[in-house]
Amino acid sequence: MSAADNSQSQDAPPTFEAAYEIPDIEHPLREAARMFARNKAAVGGLILLVGILILTLLVPFFYTVDPFDLVWAPLSPPGTENALFGTDYLGRDILAGIVHGGSATLAVGASAALLAVVIGLSVGSLAGYYGGWVDEVLMRITEFFQVLPTLLFAMVIVALFKPSVATVAFAIGVVSWTAVARLARSEFLRIRSLDYIKAARSISSSNRRIIWFVILPNAMPPLVVQATLAVGGAILFEAGLSFLGLADPNVMSWGFMIGSSRDYLMDAWWTVTIPGIFIFLTVLAVSLIGDGLNDATNPKLRER
Amino acid sequence: MTEDILLSVENLKVHFAMKRRGLTGPKSFVHAVDGVNLKITKGKTFGIVGESGSGKTTTALAVMRLVPITSGTITLGDFRLDQLQGEELRRARRHMQIIFQDPYSSLNPRVRAGAIVREPMDLMDVGETSEREDRVAELFRQVGLRPEQQALFPHQFSGGQRQRIGVARALASQPDLVVCDEPVSALDVAIQAQIINLLRKLQDDLGLTYLFISHDLGVVQYICDEIAVMYLGKVVEQGDRISLFTEPLHPYTWALLSAVPSADPALRDQKNRIRLQGDPPNPIDPPPGCRFASRCPFSQDLCTRETPPLRPIKDGHLVACHLVSDDGVPPQHAD
Repeated sequence: MSAADNSQSQDAPPTFEAAYEIPDIEHPLREAARMFARNKAAVGGLILLVGILILTLLVPFFYTVDPFDLVWAPLSPPGTENALFGTDYLGRDILAGIVHGGSATLAVGASAALLAVVIGLSVGSLAGYYGGWVDEVLMRITEFFQVLPTLLFAMVIVALFKPSVATVAFAIGVVSWTAVARLARSEFLRIRSLDYIKAARSISSSNRRIIWFVILPNAMPPLVVQATLAVGGAILFEAGLSFLGLADPNVMSWGFMIGSSRDYLMDAWWTVTIPGIFIFLTVLAVSLIGDGLNDATNPKLRER
Repeated sequence: MTEDILLSVENLKVHFAMKRRGLTGPKSFVHAVDGVNLKITKGKTFGIVGESGSGKTTTALAVMRLVPITSGTITLGDFRLDQLQGEELRRARRHMQIIFQDPYSSLNPRVRAGAIVREPMDLMDVGETSEREDRVAELFRQVGLRPEQQALFPHQFSGGQRQRIGVARALASQPDLVVCDEPVSALDVAIQAQIINLLRKLQDDLGLTYLFISHDLGVVQYICDEIAVMYLGKVVEQGDRISLFTEPLHPYTWALLSAVPSADPALRDQKNRIRLQGDPPNPIDPPPGCRFASRCPFSQDLCTRETPPLRPIKDGHLVACHLVSDDGVPPQHAD
């Protein structure tokens, strides 16, 4: 390439590229949305989740039966008059429990996942960005939390404080941030060695700016997926804690319904199965969405 | 000769610590750059060539203060770059900018091209805020892009166009020194010529000084005024373009030049052609004496005992080899 071809290019910008019309390429977010919309399972999950949200957030205004009221004979099977899903061992309306208890379940799931993401992202981003002894210390702490038996640890936290929606969410968040931290760390490690981070430093970007405005947006796709999956995990966790009787007894939730009726599983299947199905559907919906987001934002999985 | 030195690097060393073996094991270091001296004249292009692992990119990054410097001094105009820290370093950065090798990883994929070029001005406070928009458009035109392409994301450009964005970003803060770290080696040949010509034209228009890192001797010969050849962290030969390419003194330079594919059959069968065997020694534990001795066809006892100093042979032509005579006769084959 001795490139003595100055003939075409002394004063005019030497390029034929500029003469090309730029093909109209989609914005990455819009492209991801299109990929997501093409994924039938993910769209199904989204529809399911919207349905569940309507059920738990809007329907309570129309179906005003108090889930703690004794409305009918105990252990009435589904289809009984005034109690579509039947009643539990105290004669409480299960439909009312489903409708009014869902919001507590979803609130715990969402806020626990949010807490897990906040802790995990802080720990993982600092460890991955700074490396060295910061990484060493933070990852040892992460491993400490990883090897703790999570359910036991969460039970201890809830038992130490008064059981309430907030403490349950806190306990779940505190025991489940490690996966987010490891993922965030690996993403930060990968991205911080790329040239555009060097470029950012050579134009005097501060560390804070690089972490929040350069690396984080690029690390988002897998973290969003992880956060979605964390919501599903937290809902299951909440159900487990409630089942063990560690939730606030004054707040109706799906897990609480299963836990309080567990002795009647053999005699009255509907008392535990119906809230169980709703937990299952919610976690399924959230996981399908998470999976769809993963596929939509992962360019390697794109078939054209 | 010494009138207008923009960048001067003295005895630069960059050693990377390796992970210890066990808890108490000795700490070992990779001697990536091991005592490099450079002087770059304002408005000129200084090339550094060498194979992978010779420390040329590390030298460039050290000048940009993007890797920690072990020792040595770096002076850019009035700035002692090796001593600046924090806010002072941030203020000095607008005077030096870098163009990276890989146009695919050097642009943040989430930021629009216009914002990428504008960012240096915002962060380093270059010019009036109100003028920056016009300045970005002007930079786009200067590097051969259309101003309306500012709204696009990096993935919507071709490799050559992306490299142009990288050039525009480097020029945004009106730097004195532009470090070009293999700016064309990731591009295909036709685009290479375009970018090289663009760099030359910008140098003429703006009076830029380039530190040009490359392994491609053809490119270096075309754009550089002065060239240093690096091998395993040290400069083995340095000279202006003409004398280095016509009268290479160091056997390593020779080997590099004879490795350049040539269309001329007469050149191909040259007697003095050197083919290198093997790999460079491990930079963790460089051998004593001349670092090239293990692969040098002329190496003697002296070469493995004593490190040859970089000594001047004729004006501006320096070489680090025991076997080059003082009047500039390179070592010859016995036959």
